[in-house]
Amino acid sequence: MINEIVSMNGYGSYVWSAFSFTLISFATLYFVTKLQLSKEQKRFASKFGSLNEKKTKAAKSQNINKEILSNTSNI
Amino acid sequence: MFKSFEPNKVFVITSKAPKYVFFLFIVVLSIGLTEALILSPEDYKQSHSVRIMYVHVPSAWISLGIFSSLAVFSLSSFIFSNKHFALIAKSLAPSGFVFNIIALVTGAIWGKPTWGTWWAWDARITSMLILALFYGMYLLAWRVYENKGQVIKITSIIAILGVINVPIIKFSVDWWNTLHQSSSVNILSNTSIHSSMLIPLLIMTAAFTLFSLLIFLMKYNTELIKVKNKGLDRL
Repeated sequence: MINEIVSMNGYGSYVWSAFSFTLISFATLYFVTKLQLSKEQKRFASKFGSLNEKKTKAAKSQNINKEILSNTSNI
Repeated sequence: MFKSFEPNKVFVITSKAPKYVFFLFIVVLSIGLTEALILSPEDYKQSHSVRIMYVHVPSAWISLGIFSSLAVFSLSSFIFSNKHFALIAKSLAPSGFVFNIIALVTGAIWGKPTWGTWWAWDARITSMLILALFYGMYLLAWRVYENKGQVIKITSIIAILGVINVPIIKFSVDWWNTLHQSSSVNILSNTSIHSSMLIPLLIMTAAFTLFSLLIFLMKYNTELIKVKNKGLDRL
């Protein structure tokens, strides 16, 4: 059974390489995108932290900023 | 008119959605892979090499679908001067490009045992390669040009020119003599593929659609945070 799944009547190398290429491409794209997202979130958090009191108050008035910060704490 | 598309409102949903989409993607992909690699039957002519169809065909469908959506959003951004649509189009492009490359590579791998060659300058393959070039140009334009207005214009032109190629890809098998067979799955007419192969194909298509949605959401969140980063600089 296992041998049959692996060899697939001699087509195993074609089938497995096609599926492997697809899954490796998925994993690469996912991790690159995740990396870019967390980099941007960290940059936002560090900029937010360096704001003075008045600017922090102004930035906090926007809901999206609060949302970004709450997601950044989950990284 | 487009108030419901405001980033502030949309981000509340898009920031939370990826974890649920990821979970659903893993579940659907696991079912799809089991069906595609183990449970579905082999073809009487192509034997087990037919299983490559389960990654090749959904990738090709999704890369075409994403480019069409990208063109609609690019055009809308240009017509309505709405930068938010440009962000959506920009976020769609990476997964579309990767699906296009997967379709080309898995097609080459499938071509060797089926046609005896890795590559042929056949109408379908060549037009898919042209689509990959358009995706490449589109992504490159966002990296090269820094002026927002200029990049929106240029990427819109690339998307509109590229979308002309989409019906050419679809009908290339009918218009020219190609190595590809005519389509077996049709929405408007009879589907010639047996249900034992159609079901795994549809499950894999659902899994790939979820993956493209996941990448879109993550990329879109990245773009929105970039905009907000610039906003903090201006405070």
